[in-house]
Amino acid sequence: MQIIKDRQLLENTWTFIADDIPLPENGDITVTLARWLADKEQLLKRSGQAGVRLNPSDQIEPLAGDLSNIGVIELNFPIFGDGRLFSQARLLRSRDGYQGEIRAVGDYLPDQVFYLSRVGVNAFEFADPNHIQEALAAMNNFSVRYQASTN
Amino acid sequence: MYQYNKQDQTLIEERVSEFRGQTQRFLNGELGPDQFRALRLMNGLYVQTHAPMLRVAVPYGLLSSKQLRKLASVARDYDKGYCHFTTRQNVQYNWPELGRVPDLLGELATVQMHAIQTSGNCLRNTSSDHLAGICKDEIEDPRPYCEIIRQWTTLHPEFAFLPRKFKIAVSGATHDRAAVQFHDIGVYLVENEAGEIGFRILAGGGLGRTPIIGQTVRPFLEKQHLLSYLEAILRVYNLFGRRDNKYKARIKILVKETGLEKFTSMVEKEWLRIKDDMLLSNERIDEIKAQFAPPAYDATAKNDSSFDAHLAGNSAFVKWVKYNTVEHKVSGYRGAYVSLKAPDSPPGDITAEQLEAVADLADQYSFGEIRSTHRQNLVLADVKQVDLFTVWQQLDAFKLATPNIGTVTDMICCPGLDFCSLANAGSIGVAKEINEALDDLDYIHDIGDIKINMSGCMNGCAHQSVGHIGILGVDKHGEEWYQITLGGSSENEAAIGERLGPSVSKEQITATITTILDVYVKQRLEDEAFLETVKRVGLEPFKERVYANH
Ligand code: SF4
Repeated sequence: MQIIKDRQLLENTWTFIADDIPLPENGDITVTLARWLADKEQLLKRSGQAGVRLNPSDQIEPLAGDLSNIGVIELNFPIFGDGRLFSQARLLRSRDGYQGEIRAVGDYLPDQVFYLSRVGVNAFEFADPNHIQEALAAMNNFSVRYQASTN
Repeated sequence: MYQYNKQDQTLIEERVSEFRGQTQRFLNGELGPDQFRALRLMNGLYVQTHAPMLRVAVPYGLLSSKQLRKLASVARDYDKGYCHFTTRQNVQYNWPELGRVPDLLGELATVQMHAIQTSGNCLRNTSSDHLAGICKDEIEDPRPYCEIIRQWTTLHPEFAFLPRKFKIAVSGATHDRAAVQFHDIGVYLVENEAGEIGFRILAGGGLGRTPIIGQTVRPFLEKQHLLSYLEAILRVYNLFGRRDNKYKARIKILVKETGLEKFTSMVEKEWLRIKDDMLLSNERIDEIKAQFAPPAYDATAKNDSSFDAHLAGNSAFVKWVKYNTVEHKVSGYRGAYVSLKAPDSPPGDITAEQLEAVADLADQYSFGEIRSTHRQNLVLADVKQVDLFTVWQQLDAFKLATPNIGTVTDMICCPGLDFCSLANAGSIGVAKEINEALDDLDYIHDIGDIKINMSGCMNGCAHQSVGHIGILGVDKHGEEWYQITLGGSSENEAAIGERLGPSVSKEQITATITTILDVYVKQRLEDEAFLETVKRVGLEPFKERVYANH
């Protein structure tokens, strides 16, 4: 499946592994925050890269020390209106200094990518492939920015 | 007043084209109703009983004559020839057609107006004192800070999807005319012991279902930190405000459940981290302040003697001056209210012709500017006393001079059952009935300062809980009933009204109000105001009479 990263289309290499599924030996995977915190060492010993999928209610502070080992942070929208993920992205970039990929996944709208880009999200995955083109276009909806933000 | 630069203009035009696209996708079935709902709400568009309702922003209640004329032409071309001023100083159209809303917004954009963030769970329009810049009790004009906040809130990327709506008010005077203590964030300009002017920041105030008075989180904040402090509060709210129950999602519940001390320490911790990166420079403040510089007042205005002559010769004019004009810091000038509370018209409504008449008066007599008030009236803020007589006559010709500002018939009233799909009961009809019962101006003037606020449901858009007399529409087995509270106030001595007793039926509501007024007249000491009497005697005497026959 294609995703947007840094405004380019590319093929997704990451798979989310739910908590009840054993870790595969190879490949780039993301896991929940709880699993990351519990199985960090095992995750880092694998051959593929490891990342974390955050949900809106996750407390991201315990992650701060691990950020250099994390290949991608997914922000998982259960519903598009849950704005906590916007603050999480902002904090990961500005407070915690995370420089890797932050990717929006789940139930959100192409109309939100302008806002998401501005708080530090640089990759976008959509279940509906039609949304990809819409999202690329929506990134340019506004040329004016009133606030100092991540970009 | 603030004039858009190229950036400001570009932004609202880009917003119009974005919304045009979203509306098109919805009409084509590419965007689901829930998704479109969230997007249209952030553009001020509700779907109501009859048609969509569009709320247009009037930043901190300031309008130019040109904008007023545009509101008039939009009312004619897209609506039924009138519009409605709300309790948050904004404008509502009740009958626009969904497919034409993008064009309507395009028209508004030509006069630097928009509907951005006038509804939905986002940062709303900042409100302020309608006498800003002209009142004598001002520490500093709040409008430059409102404008700075307006820009900061507009399309703020992090806070576009908050747990719930979020409202900020700023006041610069010692007398609070902006209900600052009932906002999610309230900002007062204050002077500290060293004589510096800064802000007192309150958080967690709000009306609606659970009215709560805001609490001070920072007694004094230097001006340069305004935006970082707001950002810290919003970040804490966005992360920790409840999202599981929309009735518990406002910041007032977060502050209450967390406790003021803990909430404040969370905010301060975040603020300390970000404050040095978000400084507001003096140059920036001065640049915005320059746009609110006082107009070119005529120093000879005070030499006029015709004003006194008119007062001596015309008792109707005397009444109007007494009730509908206010003192001005420049001698020889007064502020003149445009009453949108004529007895036979819904509170806050204004027709296209009236809008144009007010625009003309503003151009001729008040530097081309108009303000809207949170009590749903307008103000011509800078009228020379020599012109007041003419202004009065012309307002009167358009039924805009009812001398009732601050009196019992200057009611705040939401659209209620007539327009709002959430309403339990009508409000406009009740307002009309109360007006008809109180048709004796001398009586109205005798009973003086009484604020009646009436909402059609618990959402409390008309702020009934802070009305001296609050009327709330409730549904009782499918019938319209009304619950009454007494003793509320949104001014300095902020208070939430106390419930009088069981609700009363639609047939009884007007008689109940006149009975309450009656009890007041009997109980008052000399020139004691209604609110003072209620405070002194309590609810008992009112209860006794109102429920005497129950
Ligand atoms: S108070 Fe209720 S009835 Fe009145 S406008 Fe608000 S939501 Fe509608």
